[in-house]
Formats: sequence, structure tokens, C-alpha cells
Amino acid sequence: MKKTMMGNYAASWGAQLARVQVIAAYPITPQTLIVEKLSDIVADGELDAKFIKVESEHSAMAACIGASATGARAYTATSAQGLALMHEMLHWAGLARLPIVMANVNRAMAPGWSIWADQNDSLSQRDTGWMQIYASSAQEILDSTLIGYKVSEKVLLPTLISFDAFFLSHTMEVVDMPDIELVDKYLPPYKPDYKLDVNDPRSFGALTDEQYYYEFRYMMQKAMDEAVDIIKEAGKEYEKITGRLYDLIHPYRCEDADMILVTSGTIADTTNVAVDELRAEGKKVGNLRIRVIRPYPKKEILEVVKGVKKLAVIDRNISPGYSGIFSQELKSALYNEVDIPARSYIAGLGGRDVKIEDIKDIANDALKNDATNDLIWKGVKI
Amino acid sequence: MRLTIPEHEIMTPGHLACQGCGGALAMRYMLKVFGKDTMLSIPACCWAVIDGPFPYTSLNVPVFHTAFETAAIMASGIKAGLMVQGKDTTNVVAWAGDGGTFDIGIQAISGAAERNDDVTYIVYDNEAYMNTGIQRSSATPHGAWTTTTPVKHYKKGPKKNMAEIMAAHRIPYTATASVGYPEDFCKKLERAKNTKGFKFIHVLAPCPTGWKSDPRFTIKLAKLAVQTNYFPLYEIIDGIHYKQTVKVKERKPLKEYLKYQGRFKHLPEDQVQFLQDFVDENYELLRMKLE
Repeated sequence: MKKTMMGNYAASWGAQLARVQVIAAYPITPQTLIVEKLSDIVADGELDAKFIKVESEHSAMAACIGASATGARAYTATSAQGLALMHEMLHWAGLARLPIVMANVNRAMAPGWSIWADQNDSLSQRDTGWMQIYASSAQEILDSTLIGYKVSEKVLLPTLISFDAFFLSHTMEVVDMPDIELVDKYLPPYKPDYKLDVNDPRSFGALTDEQYYYEFRYMMQKAMDEAVDIIKEAGKEYEKITGRLYDLIHPYRCEDADMILVTSGTIADTTNVAVDELRAEGKKVGNLRIRVIRPYPKKEILEVVKGVKKLAVIDRNISPGYSGIFSQELKSALYNEVDIPARSYIAGLGGRDVKIEDIKDIANDALKNDATNDLIWKGVKI
Repeated sequence: MRLTIPEHEIMTPGHLACQGCGGALAMRYMLKVFGKDTMLSIPACCWAVIDGPFPYTSLNVPVFHTAFETAAIMASGIKAGLMVQGKDTTNVVAWAGDGGTFDIGIQAISGAAERNDDVTYIVYDNEAYMNTGIQRSSATPHGAWTTTTPVKHYKKGPKKNMAEIMAAHRIPYTATASVGYPEDFCKKLERAKNTKGFKFIHVLAPCPTGWKSDPRFTIKLAKLAVQTNYFPLYEIIDGIHYKQTVKVKERKPLKEYLKYQGRFKHLPEDQVQFLQDFVDENYELLRMKLE
């Protein structure tokens, strides 16, 4: 069934279709619509779930952890400051190996107060043990929620689904909602091997000395490694029921490209349009959208970029003191593997619009400059 | 004679508590009353260690070790997860120290209390951050030495009144308890266990390590705290109906309680009197509310 809806509601419907059992959430703009809708859905009895209206995001994540530890499917949504407040518990969910799925509306960190698109909030949580997805359409938000639980419950790692504030959260798009019967077959109830169970009392997260902790980390990394193929399989299986295929990376017109733009989020969709226009001008440019940054699809990226002459990365985020984070990740993947010059651009921080023209400017700048550059500020006014 | 304290044991002797630990005793009583159909949320506190290191546990009920400020909400999340799976009968207990309750955890406690989540929150109060090495908390009484309130600038100002804060939430059940009065404690546990909604029990748990007291005086101190009115034993139903459960006919001078504790030995006479007056005023405030 096709419906027109905002990206935020696609997240709510995704959670409903996934039959989440415990929702714990705290309001923050621009995430509010996601949990308002879920609150309605639960109150109307359309979803058999408990909704805990917590007093902070820190508690939202803690409640999801507790619920997930009992074997319930847990869900929350947040943004920016809320995600930052959760930070401690994001590590907790990751190391406790709990398959929680969370939506995060990518919003700039304060100060100054900003409610607009920026990826610094979620990328600051890169090392917490969560798989991270960057969606570029409302459809993808819904679909990623279902695929997210499928993968999370298999590898026992939580999934964060991020999408740009307003450009996606509050923009109406046509979204196809898969039939619940198909979803139920795709995503059966969560049945963990170990959980809080009075008939099998265990202590979870006890004091762990160096004889064990190191191996816990090793096992977590192994799970991330395995997740690469599991995400691919879960994507292919999802394609069978919906006709929509999701992978860790989404290359667009990259096969014969001389130069590839590397993008994420909504900028990636705009870049596809820019690529078409550049192609019409005779410029052999492609777009590689990074959909999943953890686990990092290094092998898959190398496969796409290996023959290309040049790379240009666009980051709607920055690690102050170095450069854009997708750019750093890409270059570390290339090192020791292939020698491709790259130019790295910052654009659209704090929700500044990144138009087709801006992306074409970036592409043309990269095409005519052979020198590498770690940090180019597109359109900075000072 | 009818036994008021269940005979069976759930907690095992292989725990890691110090000699004379009031907190270990409190847990033992709690599990006796709550039984096997119980799950625990334990944040950073002495009990994060006492339970035993991975892969051991001394508790024989499921335990989820959690972050310092999350004991209450972790219990709420566990309860919600159980309820949605039809396991409504399981008791979920948040078990935290005074630092995790009076200080860093108070926001999550207030949230869970306001929502009236169906969990029992028990604070075993040893009046400082004992697990990290005796730093002051807002449960530390006036005059006490701790490593962050050394003798030359000992703790000034009163201990936070947690039971009153909880009663102000109008939760169904609030109680104070002492490991020196196990029958009273067990009765309160039983009442909490049989009450729906958010229950809060504040149990005084002497700490020989942090109080600089002889481990053999733990019970003596837990009794003297009550007999001096330093820690009156009462319960509050629905935040308004106050009932004293252990009546003290003639209160002993506070000095009797202080003299067994090295943490107060530096206190000059006027400060002892100040503390005595404070205890008396506090008791008077409580007395006015008793039914």
C-alpha cells in the first residue's frame, strides 16, 4: 500500500510493522512526530507494545536496554542533544550486545541552537558498537527499520538509522508500506539464547577483569565483520518481498566514471541529479553513496573505486582539527590498497542547503584540480 | 513463636562484601522476602562488586548490572519488557547505593515514581560513595569525615531527606528501614512486594570500612541510629499517611550513636550538639505528620 508521508512517519510505521514491544522516548525537535505517531498507534491498540514516556533520552536508551535484555523488541528515536545525552548508554547497548533499533534525525549540535540537518550528532557515536545506517529517502527509513531488526537480532548489535532533519524528517514522500503478513515472515519474533529469565538466573554485565574483557571486544568486532554479509543477505531477502534492494553502498553511474563523488544522506540523492547533469555535459562522473558506515564496507568500496582517477568526498559533518569524517574513513580504506587522489569538501553544516549547483561546483572543482586536499569549505562566507 | 523472617536463603555466602557490611545483610533479607521470581537492576555501587566478578554471581536471581544513574529506569525497562511478554508476576527491584540514589540517579527515580512504574526501588544507604573509597554524597550526614570532606573541612549541612522527596511524588509506598530491625524491614519488603506501582524503601546499612567502626558493631549501630531518632523507622502510604513502625519510648542521646564511629571522632562538642538539635528537629517534623 502506497501512502504519502513525512520521513518521520516512515520511521513510526517501520517500528509498527516491526511489531516493536517496548518503546521508550523523550521529545526533541525534529524527532517528535515519530514518537507522537507511535504513541497514537499504541494507545489505539494497533500495536501491542508498552510505551514508556521517560524523563530524558539517557533514560530512553536505558529503558530500551532493560526491555531488550528480557527478550523484548525495543525501539526509540532521538536527535542531536538527545543522542549525545544517550552516549553512555549507547556503549552499554553495544557491549551488552542488545539488538535495539533507533532512529536518529541528524541535527546540528548546539550551541548556537540549531534544529537543522548535520551529521555530527550520529558520527560522534561512531565508536559505540552500533551499526550505523544513513538513509536518503523516507522509504529507506521504513525499510531500514525492518532490515535493521533482522540484522541486529542475528549479529546481536544495535542499529542506528540516521536521516537528515527536515530534508527528510519533514518532507512528504510516497512510501510503499509492505503487507504485514510479508513482514511477519521476514521478521519473526525475537528469540534470544540468553536473556533475563527467573528460571535461568544469570548476572549480566558483572565486574569483568582483563582475563575476559579483551575477548568481549574481539567478539564484538567479529560480529561487526560478520554483519557486512548479513546486511547484504537481509537486503536481498527484503528485495524478494518488496522489490527494493538495499546494500551497504549504493553506487550510481560509477562503472565507467573518471571521477566518483562520495556522499551520504540526502546530499547523496541530490548528487545523483547533479551526476546526470554532469554526464549530459560529457563529464564522466559517478556517485557512491555510503549507506552503512558501521560496519565499514571497505572491500565493497574498493571494488567500486579501484579503477577511478579521482575521488571527491562531500561531508555534512566535521571532526574539528582534522576533516570530514566520511573523508577520513574513505582515505583510511584506500591506504595500502590503491593510490587514488582525493579532495574532501565540507558542505551544508547546520542545515545549509546543498543544491544541485553546489554539487556541480564541487565536481567541477575536483575535476580541474589534480592536487589532493583534505579540507575544502564549500561556500564558507568568511 | 511465629517466625517473621523467612528461613530460606537465596543469596549465597560466596559474595565479596567487607566484614560487617550492612548492605550485604540488607540484600539477604530482601531476597528472602522477594523470592526467586525476582530480577535486579544494580547500578554502580558496592553491590556491583559484591555480586561477584564475571562469570560468577552470588545472588541466584537474574541481575542486570547497569550505569550509575539508571537503576530506576533500568528496572522500569525490564518490567515493561516482562509485561509485554505476559510475565507480570515477576518482581523487579532496583537496588542502589546512596550515591546512585540521592545524587546521580535521582532524575530517573523521580521519572519512574511520577509514572508510578510497577517496580521496587531499594536504596541501601551507607552515607557516602564507599565503593570508590569513601567520598561524600548528599546522603552523608553533617559533621562526617569522608575522603572528600576531610577533618579540616568535614561535611557541612544536612543529609538529603530522600523519603520525603519520594513521598512528595505520592507513590503508593515509601518506607525507611534498618538492618538492625530485620522483622520491621521484612514486613516492609512484604508490603512493597504486594503493592502495585512504585515502591521506595530506604534502608540504613552501616559500613565499617567507611564509618570507621568495628564490624561487630554493625547491628548495634543500625539499632542505635533508630533509638537516637537519627533514623526513625516509618512508612508512608500514598505519600500522605505516615506511620511509625518502631516506636522509641525514650530517645538515646546522639552521642551514643556517634561514639562507635571514627568518622565523627573529630567533631567538637558544639557540632555534636548542632547535629543533636538537627536530629531532634527532623524528628519533630516527622512526629507532626504521624497518624
